[in-house]
Amino acid sequence: MQPTVTTRTRAGTITAVLALILIAVGLALPAFASRSLIQDLFFILTMLTLAQLWNLLAGYGGLVSVGQQAFVGIGAYAMFAGVILWGIDPVLAIPLGGLAALLLAIPTAFFAFRLAGAYFAIGTWVIAEVTRLLIAQWKALGGGTGTSLPREATSDIIGVEAIRTLFDVREAAARDILAYWLALALAVLTIAAIYALLRNRLGLALAAVRDNAEAANSVGVDARRIRWAVFLIAAAMTGLVGALIYVQTARISPDAAFSVTDWTAYVIFIVVIGGIGRIEGPILGVLVFYALQTLLADYGAWYLLTLGLIAIAVMLFAPRGLWGLISDRTGLQLFPVQRRLTGITMKGGKT
Amino acid sequence: MNWLDILVQGVLLGGLYALFAAGLSLVFGIMRLVNLAHGDLIIFAAFAILLAVSTLGLNPFLAALLAAPLMFALGWALQRFVLNRVLGKDILPPLLVTFGLSVALQNGLLEAFSADTRRIPAGPLESASLDLGIVTVGWMPLLTFLSAVLVILALNRIFYATALGRAFRATSDDPVTASLMGIDPKGIFAIATGLAMVVVTVAALYLGMRANFDPSIGPARLIYAFEAVIIGGLGSLWGTLAGGIIIGVAQSLGAAINPEWQILAGHIAFLVVLLIRPRGLFPRAVD
Amino acid sequence: MLLETRALTAGYGQFNALFGVDVTLDKAETVAVIGANGAGKSTLLRSITGVLRNAPDMVLHRGDPIGALPAHLVMQRGIAMVPEGRKLFPSLTVEENLRIGGQVRRAPGPWTLDTIYDLFPILKEKRQMPGTALSGGQQQMVAIGRALMSNPEVLLCDEISLGLAPVVIRDIYAAMPRIKDQGTAIIVVEQDIGRALAVSDRVYCMMEGRVTLTARAAEVSRSAIHAAYFGEAA
Repeated sequence: MQPTVTTRTRAGTITAVLALILIAVGLALPAFASRSLIQDLFFILTMLTLAQLWNLLAGYGGLVSVGQQAFVGIGAYAMFAGVILWGIDPVLAIPLGGLAALLLAIPTAFFAFRLAGAYFAIGTWVIAEVTRLLIAQWKALGGGTGTSLPREATSDIIGVEAIRTLFDVREAAARDILAYWLALALAVLTIAAIYALLRNRLGLALAAVRDNAEAANSVGVDARRIRWAVFLIAAAMTGLVGALIYVQTARISPDAAFSVTDWTAYVIFIVVIGGIGRIEGPILGVLVFYALQTLLADYGAWYLLTLGLIAIAVMLFAPRGLWGLISDRTGLQLFPVQRRLTGITMKGGKT
Repeated sequence: MNWLDILVQGVLLGGLYALFAAGLSLVFGIMRLVNLAHGDLIIFAAFAILLAVSTLGLNPFLAALLAAPLMFALGWALQRFVLNRVLGKDILPPLLVTFGLSVALQNGLLEAFSADTRRIPAGPLESASLDLGIVTVGWMPLLTFLSAVLVILALNRIFYATALGRAFRATSDDPVTASLMGIDPKGIFAIATGLAMVVVTVAALYLGMRANFDPSIGPARLIYAFEAVIIGGLGSLWGTLAGGIIIGVAQSLGAAINPEWQILAGHIAFLVVLLIRPRGLFPRAVD
Repeated sequence: MLLETRALTAGYGQFNALFGVDVTLDKAETVAVIGANGAGKSTLLRSITGVLRNAPDMVLHRGDPIGALPAHLVMQRGIAMVPEGRKLFPSLTVEENLRIGGQVRRAPGPWTLDTIYDLFPILKEKRQMPGTALSGGQQQMVAIGRALMSNPEVLLCDEISLGLAPVVIRDIYAAMPRIKDQGTAIIVVEQDIGRALAVSDRVYCMMEGRVTLTARAAEVSRSAIHAAYFGEAA
């Protein structure tokens, strides 16, 4: 038998089938789910997408950013600007969020890439702070106190009328359903894109750059370009998520949209607890995160204190997270990206 | 307010930022570790001093003297039992652990002391000022600046004139070879973090006496500290002082133009330096 | 026995570099370990010094198991190392490099800054310079002096002639008898067989992670070494 390199596993095939079923169920869910479940799922899906993107940056690209709130915030504000200043439909203004985040990512990368290793992290944080302070000066969008989407813009969002008649719900609920569908689409798209990215040549190049940038350069992988590419892609996608989140909330302020806790700390904890450097990690992580939040939501600061301590404990005792523990025990891989040789049998002896 | 006055206030404010930064710089210099909880540890120390002042009725300076060895022990234990376990080639684990610590500390302080703003009472010193003829400076900013200079002098003295400092530098150069000299690198790291926490206590004392603080303001102090370190050039303590002064002056100038621009002006000064001198103003020859 | 390895098997992760190596060192003895690149000589020294940690009883010092001790504790027992490539501390001056060698452990003994400057007079002239500003040979002198500053019982020398000109090697090896005369036991790891044999009482030859020859240095034949070194029939 001819030896071939493959990334296919049985579990991978089962995952693909399961994923299709899940997506179908997810699409049909608004027909029978309650409005609060739809809202919770919206939250879970957007956090999942942010976590996948941060995982792409830090887990695969070695770029530990604590400034992703810059892209959530600028994405959200760009969408608001589109609606308030130019009268665009909020849903159609979401791509503006991606575009604005992409544009902000260029100077951010230019500055932050000058900082080596750990200082890169704080560098991204500084840029996020600068962006927040500048946006707070933008009086047309409410300055430091923020603003809301105007009533006339939210009342006739494209597609909402159709959803109202389809499910026979009130307008606010229809808006939630629309946002939920968009979040589902964005999450599926992001995971599929990252999975595809890791399975083709870029995945190998990323792994090489992460492990050793100089060695990667010497075998013809341009570490600089790959880092730029990953950073810009993650930023643009994060901007889209930010815009979508604020279409749903319809109210914005610089402190909320650029919150390091909401858009970076939570996201980092999701990835770390679930398992960094694996697509499965953030999926598991977001479920744990949601469960913890539901359980501990009434305890205020204790909740964040606990999350912080859990993240420390995970890094100390299970650095590859919960998914790492599971896959070590079971060998399970839902999103196989490792290349394996098949079709040859190893003959005895040491290698 | 005249320009000279703004400049002097800015320079003195820079002393506070240099105090924030010196501990960060020390730890990074010896073990290449960036402690994202540095700012929150400053706030933690400020609450510790406040607690000693309010419950024991101590003078703030005495309270800081009492807090310093406790902070040393805390830093030593943090390094020994937590951070040493995640130090290595991969920068991700220590960053994530200190980030977790930052969030945990902030919220722990919030639970313990509420979100109310506090201040360490310093009596008549708070408003006392000194007339230098052309400008009038407050005693408190002046004392802060002098303390920053003293702290940096002391750290330099430790680094270059003691056996401990020799071990710091050797371990920073090459921990494996240092261990062949009988030096335990992890023990050295623990002492270094302990020492950084003593500097943090000094920073906390002035932070708490000069202005209001609450559990949420740690990350912003981390950012100022970080900017001062990068502007000064990694590994240079005097550079760190210069970096602190540049941010202080920039903030002071920004505030004079428009109070809303104070913080922004400091960040922009940092970005400008990063743009024209990516390695800082006083980079170390060997890295 | 002062120092011995027993069935020492060591390596890096999946890769094994030593397979059951037995080496002994007696008091005041000088032993040479020779072998080609990759024979396992450096791994042997890394295992003894604790840079590479193994099962406790694979390395014994005065009968105590030290195979699992970390490097700084091994050194504190009186086992000092001149590492391959000198490894001077760039942030330290020549004199500071010397001082740091005796900073943690300083047994009573003959070696002080003065006696080391006496052994290598050139170092006294350059004592305020950064260690790494010196020539290769002078750096090697600092590295040897640094290890001696603790007045060690055992001195381990890893490839001290590597990359140095023959005349410089001669100067450095000229110091060896004076070190031996102080009663220090020495293990010299070398690729330069002639140099190693000239200063040693006994010699071990290694190949592919195993000891292939043990002999008294004065009695061993060239052909026996050749066979043990390259693995060819003599």
